[in-house]
Amino acid sequence: MKKLLLSLLAACSVTLTALPAVAEEGYPWDKFPQSKMTDMAALQNGAKVFVNYCLGCHSASYMRYNRMHDIGLTDDEIKKNLLFATDKVGDTMHIALDPKEAKDWFGTAPPDLSVVARSRAEPGKGSGADYLYTLWRTFYRDETKPTGWNNLTFPDIAMPHALWQLQGQRRAVFVDEKNPHEPEKSERRFAGFEQVSAGTMSEREYNETVGDLVAYLQWMGEPAQGKRVRIGVGVLIFLGILILFTWRLNAAYWKNVE
Amino acid sequence: MAELQTAPAGASNGQKLLTWVDNRFPLSKLYNDHMAQYYAPKNFNVWYVFGSLAMFVLVNQLLTGVFLTMQYKPDAAKAFASVEYIMRDVPWGWLVRYMHSTGASAFFIVVYLHMFRGLLYGSYRTPRELVWLFGCGIFLCLMAEAFMGYLLPWGQMSYWGAQVIVNLFSAVPFIGPDLALLIRGDYVVGDATLNRFFAFHVIAVPLVLLGLVVAHLIALHEVGSNNPDGIEIKSTKNDKTGLPLDGIPFHPFYSVHDIFASSVFLFIFSAVVFFAPEGGGYFLEPNNFIEANPLKTPPHIAPVWYFTPFYSMLRATTDLMVNVLAVVLGVSAALAILRGGFKSMGKIVIAVAAVAAVFLLKNLDAKFWGVVVMGAAVVVLFFVPWLDHSPARSIRYRPTWHRYFFVVFVIFFVVLGYLGSQPPSAAGNYVSQVGTLVYFGFFLLMPWWSRMGTFKPVPSRVVFEAH
Repeated sequence: MKKLLLSLLAACSVTLTALPAVAEEGYPWDKFPQSKMTDMAALQNGAKVFVNYCLGCHSASYMRYNRMHDIGLTDDEIKKNLLFATDKVGDTMHIALDPKEAKDWFGTAPPDLSVVARSRAEPGKGSGADYLYTLWRTFYRDETKPTGWNNLTFPDIAMPHALWQLQGQRRAVFVDEKNPHEPEKSERRFAGFEQVSAGTMSEREYNETVGDLVAYLQWMGEPAQGKRVRIGVGVLIFLGILILFTWRLNAAYWKNVE
Repeated sequence: MAELQTAPAGASNGQKLLTWVDNRFPLSKLYNDHMAQYYAPKNFNVWYVFGSLAMFVLVNQLLTGVFLTMQYKPDAAKAFASVEYIMRDVPWGWLVRYMHSTGASAFFIVVYLHMFRGLLYGSYRTPRELVWLFGCGIFLCLMAEAFMGYLLPWGQMSYWGAQVIVNLFSAVPFIGPDLALLIRGDYVVGDATLNRFFAFHVIAVPLVLLGLVVAHLIALHEVGSNNPDGIEIKSTKNDKTGLPLDGIPFHPFYSVHDIFASSVFLFIFSAVVFFAPEGGGYFLEPNNFIEANPLKTPPHIAPVWYFTPFYSMLRATTDLMVNVLAVVLGVSAALAILRGGFKSMGKIVIAVAAVAAVFLLKNLDAKFWGVVVMGAAVVVLFFVPWLDHSPARSIRYRPTWHRYFFVVFVIFFVVLGYLGSQPPSAAGNYVSQVGTLVYFGFFLLMPWWSRMGTFKPVPSRVVFEAH
């Protein structure tokens, strides 16, 4: 009997140690500052950056302009600052770029970004917002690429650095290091960025701007999220009280059962 | 003309109406037979709430499903966009969608716990075999319903998961490719598949599911519920009233009990719906927020979490595993011939069948046997009433070491589930194979292990502490 138990325990421990630690190799993701999600100014700035820098190529065809009322913008503000000439405030954020032409120019059609923040999460690495926050801060100049740009978070990305004017141009420094366990092999390791030309923003300003953009993208992925959480608090309080009542009602009936 | 009852003199209008209805429809009789005068054992514990919770979730799925069908478009070009329309532009659409997606996962959690209760307390034993069989039918329908429902959002995981699973059916010998064609409606998963899966998901399978649930409850009420002590409460009745001594009327005792359980369930369910509707990436998978692209295979395709244990077993059935199965089959046949006590005709039949089975195992593709193993993992549940030979129904009166078997079974089921969600790996494959053997061993060896050990004396009355 003891042997059976021991062998079963051994099986369990083999199981646990065998659980593959398949951490996807790649650049580790930074944490997106979640506090921006309740910062209306940040979300509005993010909308501005999105419309000015992303909408040229990327559509957000499930997002309606006037949904931005939820982040504190009026129809007038939207019309004056965020709409291109022929769009109406009730339209969705579709674009004129022909996907076939885009494929010719970039190798792949730029994807729709309506739910990009929801689609990029990876368990163990971080949320979609973490991915985007890291992506937009790891572009570097790479002459071997057709666009002249590469990215640490998404190697061989087909997109050029659309925000290069804000961040400036940077080069990535790679060093070849000997692997201590296998002396014949050497590995390329990323050793930091080198600023080649300055952008219009300091590093801190640029990081804030990227944070705002990602906050907007995460909000755009699910505009109801703020409402969802607020209502959720009320629902759970209500249900907590309901549980109290149903528990005592149940106890009252069952007191009579011997 | 049947004799119509009349309401007593001075009866209220309500009583008169009820009498009118009762003369034409057995309303009061149904109410009494199934609620007010239906006697259930008084010693139910927490494991006994999951049946009514399953019905609660079923109603949730049906109601939220109706509202989703009002806006969803079952067209490959429009499906993904229609779901986003529901999430954004339909007032409260996001809530209905989240209730439906969380409900699907909640359904499986509740049903797995409900089935486990059955295993723990021997709820499938005579005379409740049909309750169990209808339940297994419900489980099969539920899996089909969830599988087809998952295609509908038309995301990358929806599309490719369906592609992988439907392609498995093409591994069936002779009829495989035609069968897969029939299921898909086309040579690849496409608009035709989406439309027929929609029809099945919205009406065909729910109708069958509802019928099976009704049958499940009728069969249960015919024989009465089992209980955690595994004893028949109908064996000890009150001499005067004829009512079981250890029974209490379902209404009001279990109606208020189930209402309490439902409010606790609703709390947990709402916490997920309002604060974590993606379920950590398990209820709404990140990859499913990318529209289906037949030209772009995702790096990692896995079914939804509730199918992963069975998917693990499918992946574990490699050529090596088929050899192991052949050896197991051969050994079982040899044991049956030598120790089974069969007549010579029986022995010959077993020998011939074993040789034929081993021949087929070695000559048909391991992929086909993977499908068979995955199907068998669900089908074996149907046979549990006849596999369990324990003298005691309930785990409480079985030898203590039987509990460790249950614990190991659960651990391996969960591990198989985890491994099924991960990309294949050498170590994972080995553990899945061990897990598959443990899963099938638990059931197929049950006729022997369930009889072994020193059993504790089963009481004649239920164990109940007043509260």
